[in-house]
Amino acid sequence: MMEYVIRFVVGGIAVSFFAVLGDVLRPKSFAGLFGAAPSIALATLGIAIAQHGTGYAATEARSMMLGAVALWLYSMGVCRLIERYRVSALSATCAMLALWLVCAFGLQWLLLGSG
Amino acid sequence: MIVKLKLSSLKSVAWHEYALRFALGGLATVATGLIAKFFGPVTGGLFLAFPAIFCASATLIEKHERQRKQQAGFSGARRGQGAAALDSSGAALGSFGLLAFAAVIWILLPAAGTAWAFAGAIAAWTLVSVSLWWAHRFVRFSKRRRSLSPRHEAIPGKSGPV
Repeated sequence: MMEYVIRFVVGGIAVSFFAVLGDVLRPKSFAGLFGAAPSIALATLGIAIAQHGTGYAATEARSMMLGAVALWLYSMGVCRLIERYRVSALSATCAMLALWLVCAFGLQWLLLGSG
Repeated sequence: MIVKLKLSSLKSVAWHEYALRFALGGLATVATGLIAKFFGPVTGGLFLAFPAIFCASATLIEKHERQRKQQAGFSGARRGQGAAALDSSGAALGSFGLLAFAAVIWILLPAAGTAWAFAGAIAAWTLVSVSLWWAHRFVRFSKRRRSLSPRHEAIPGKSGPV
């Protein structure tokens, strides 16, 4: 249980830190870089190294590369949906989560096998 | 200077919005840990790049920009959507930085140790993200300049620097 409390607090702090950076920096496109900051990765990989060692964390990082490609497609999709179809940010970001899942698992299946 | 620090924008964020992002970030980190525990590090690793708080962040950006315009007497709907779209395009560039971060961790962690791997990965994320943002901005402004120049030259009777 304690492990998950630590995860929650460390993850919350890391995400909030990058979110505040995104709030105070201008222009908006530069601040947007922090939407793809490695906030959850920093918290999770640190705990993974402490618990399971560097090999386990390196395996997670390899998969994370595929997740990052899916994130690129997701962000482009959100941008397109909002600009072209004038949908709200909430609708666009929620709808595109399906695209992220399909891309991430599709790339995993194609490049790494079933895991 | 192109990149600016605007500390006053922190005042426009309500405390419950900070709490929401903290909670979502915390929950996403817990969920990532649980996924890795049940499905292994290969599947768990994918979720290190999951856009967990993107929905909340983009919605807050849209709301704040819309409210700012509404205070000036406009609807602000398009302005809000434009700001959210810009944020997403920035995140698209940042995702290449995230890819570089993961690649450096993957390569350096077993060979060079934790401290060097994390330092290198954060440096790689910063370098790749900021460089791509600069390059993207440069290309966009060059295109705009090129598209404006012939129009100015085509105006009859106009002379001088364009």
